[in-house]
Amino acid sequence: MLTLPAPDAAILARRSEIASALATIVPDGVIADDRALVAYESDGLTAYRQAPMIVVLPRSTEEVSRVLAYCTREQVRLVPRGAGTSLSGGALGLADAVTIGLARMNRILEIDLDNRCVVAQPGVTNLAISHAVRGSGFYYAPDPSSQIACTIGGNVAENSGGVHCLKYGLTANNLLGIELVLPGGEIIRLGGKHLDAEGYDLLGLVTGSEGMLGIVTEVTVRVLKAPTAARALLMGFASSEAAGAAVGAVIGAGIIPAGMEMMDGKAIAAAEAFVSAGYPSDAEALLIVELDGPPEEVDELSSRVAEIARQVGATSVKASRDDAERARFWAGRKAAFPAAGRLAPDYYCMDGTIPRHRLPLVLARIRELSAHYRLEVANVFHAGDGNLHPLILYDANAPGELVRAEEFGADILRLCVEVGGCLTGEHGVGVEKRDLMPVMFNATDLAVQQRLKCAFDPDGRMNPGKVFPTLHRCAEEGRVHVHHGQTRRPDLPRF
Amino acid sequence: MLPTRPRDADELAAIIAEAARVGTTLEIIGGGSKRALGRPVKASRVLDLSALAGITLYEPEELVLRAQAGTTRAAIEQTLSAHGQMLAFEPPDLGPLFGHSPGLDTIGGIVAANLSGPRRMKAGAARDHILGIAAVNGLGERFKSGGRVMKNVTGYDLSKLLTGSFGTLAAIAELTLKVLPSPETVTTLVLHGLGDPQATTAMTAALRSSHEVSGAAHLPTRASSRAALGTNSATILRLEGFARSVKARAEALAAELAGFGAAESVSDGASRVLWRQVRDMASLIDKDSPLWRVSTAPTCGHRLAAAVGPDDVFYDWGGGLVWLALGGREADAGAARLRAALAPLGGHATLIRAPAEMRARVPVFEPQPLALAALSARVKRSFDPKNVLNPRRIYAET
Repeated sequence: MLTLPAPDAAILARRSEIASALATIVPDGVIADDRALVAYESDGLTAYRQAPMIVVLPRSTEEVSRVLAYCTREQVRLVPRGAGTSLSGGALGLADAVTIGLARMNRILEIDLDNRCVVAQPGVTNLAISHAVRGSGFYYAPDPSSQIACTIGGNVAENSGGVHCLKYGLTANNLLGIELVLPGGEIIRLGGKHLDAEGYDLLGLVTGSEGMLGIVTEVTVRVLKAPTAARALLMGFASSEAAGAAVGAVIGAGIIPAGMEMMDGKAIAAAEAFVSAGYPSDAEALLIVELDGPPEEVDELSSRVAEIARQVGATSVKASRDDAERARFWAGRKAAFPAAGRLAPDYYCMDGTIPRHRLPLVLARIRELSAHYRLEVANVFHAGDGNLHPLILYDANAPGELVRAEEFGADILRLCVEVGGCLTGEHGVGVEKRDLMPVMFNATDLAVQQRLKCAFDPDGRMNPGKVFPTLHRCAEEGRVHVHHGQTRRPDLPRF
Repeated sequence: MLPTRPRDADELAAIIAEAARVGTTLEIIGGGSKRALGRPVKASRVLDLSALAGITLYEPEELVLRAQAGTTRAAIEQTLSAHGQMLAFEPPDLGPLFGHSPGLDTIGGIVAANLSGPRRMKAGAARDHILGIAAVNGLGERFKSGGRVMKNVTGYDLSKLLTGSFGTLAAIAELTLKVLPSPETVTTLVLHGLGDPQATTAMTAALRSSHEVSGAAHLPTRASSRAALGTNSATILRLEGFARSVKARAEALAAELAGFGAAESVSDGASRVLWRQVRDMASLIDKDSPLWRVSTAPTCGHRLAAAVGPDDVFYDWGGGLVWLALGGREADAGAARLRAALAPLGGHATLIRAPAEMRARVPVFEPQPLALAALSARVKRSFDPKNVLNPRRIYAET
């Protein structure tokens, strides 16, 4: 079970004083009422709940800076939060911490299409950025499935992806600049409308740092001209091996599709029952390949891809004839999660990445684990980039099933690392995968990361209890000793 | 003193650990092609990584290549081209700029300097193509970050942090890179005779179109004639990809830009030569004055050049990357007035080529505001508390 850093009784005792002080910085923006705080007790990973001590909702960079400076002075812990859609518990509250919500900083500040960028506050939703430039034919490429709700600031914290990452990249590859408030309250700017700011790539470091290094108060993102044409191919295969071979052959032929999504038999059946997308019911694996670009390119590449699929034994190949049909092909994939929700009362979504050619082995091992844990699993897979989302089906009300689901999930992630992949492709470590970090990193790897954290946050007050399996005290620089794979500070709590 | 030349990552770690213990410093080199880039390093010893060479993994269908840091560009490009693939960030070879022969540079050096060429606008920088890294910090500790998969948010992205850090945080031992298919066809549209502001407008129009322009550079008259594009200025726009697609896009783009004059089309082979010249740029710009590289918002590049009046100039990245020969007769190579002109536009100016004496005196890299400089110094100490690795290569203070 999950353990969080023990609350500091001295801080808890000062709750009303701290709330009053914060209210002088952010009038009408402090929540300290237990009933109201329930709304902030979890994020998209609802299995874990912990209401924060106080929520503060600043409206400006200056307010964020003053809140952080106050919390530094008073040694109060902080948990940043955007829309609260994290799937790894990144925004899970702490009993003695202030959750700082950025949702009210939700203005788009500048649209500069001549330089192909948008400047926005962190609480703007991912989709709102695309909407703001849609009239001119532009869009923002990363499209996490929560894009209607998730904020761009949260996207930066998690380095969010989506289904088009192979061709268009993750958040990190589409982010030009940020304004960042450091834990002590200092405001810095990294990057801007120009490319590749020199000095250390702190912009790249902060992206995906899960709210542990500072608070993003402004972003500059790159926007792209929307392709003039797009077509989806729906292809059925008798096995995931065959579908995987098709993906490899497409890339081997020099084609980088806009999206390549795979679903296994269980996911196909669930999606089909849910939205009737027209998926082949006899297929053991389904591949959706989307091609975009000028019409001439889409025409040529869709015939090349279809030919490759047939060569490796596709049992059916169907190309979308118009945008409505393309949307229908995608509807089943996009509904995979809610569809899984109809197969069982609860599902637990995993997020490992694997080298793509290991897919058949990984799926076989997942089937064995499924039998061992007596829990069903449906698999959806961002096949182009190797990001695997097994959905473990369980019933939280059945005694022991949640624990079995968690253990099953942990085994899947260990397997991903074992075959050369990683623990998380796009959802983040958060609290969920925190204790698995040593599966991927040795003690030195983790110590190097934690010393870097100290360079930003010497008191360890930003989002403690996330990402790292042990709390870490910032000693003199470079003094986190590692000896025979053990840190030399057994006095620090493991949780 | 003879350079120390480790044969594997364990030896590399032992050398750095010993330096940290006894308090000596190390200058890290690969092929040595960019030794004159950055502040001059005064170190007790040279740490030569050229023996850490070799491609250790290449899976074309997975778009992944892993190589030791000292592997030469030539070795990597040869392996990739045999499978129709490339480093999409198109790293420039700066060797010739510093008087070396081409092809000496290593992948470790390219990444340590975060060098990216004309395709950077569309395909991303070197830092966007590093999937994983194995390195040794200033205490001699071996560590890794990332891995070999495209999508990975497990832990801090140290791969990006080390990219562009000029060897001041850690010595890179091995890198895993995302590679991509090479384009089937390349074509270039050339617009002749545009002034810098007009050329910027034309490049902006091209980059705002849906035609996926993968290179947009403007060569004023001198650069244009050096590139054998005639006696007028040349604004060049590159289209790459599948033959049918390139043909359709080139025709549509030429039509859309008709207001800027008739576009001349450059064939595949000549296009490749031309963009290599733009990438490596040594042959396109004045050799005598100090050379500056400025990155700013694409629409601002020509305004900066107009403000400082360089001896020679050309533009890449749609106008956002400005190469300026400037300040040949000024004690600070024009640094103060260049940076003053740049400040209101945003961006950074780097003194790429100048005598060592000048690079020791004039800030080579854009000076940072106080809070950022202090943070950078703390980051440096977190990796290299004894200041063993490439001391003061980036900033005089660290």
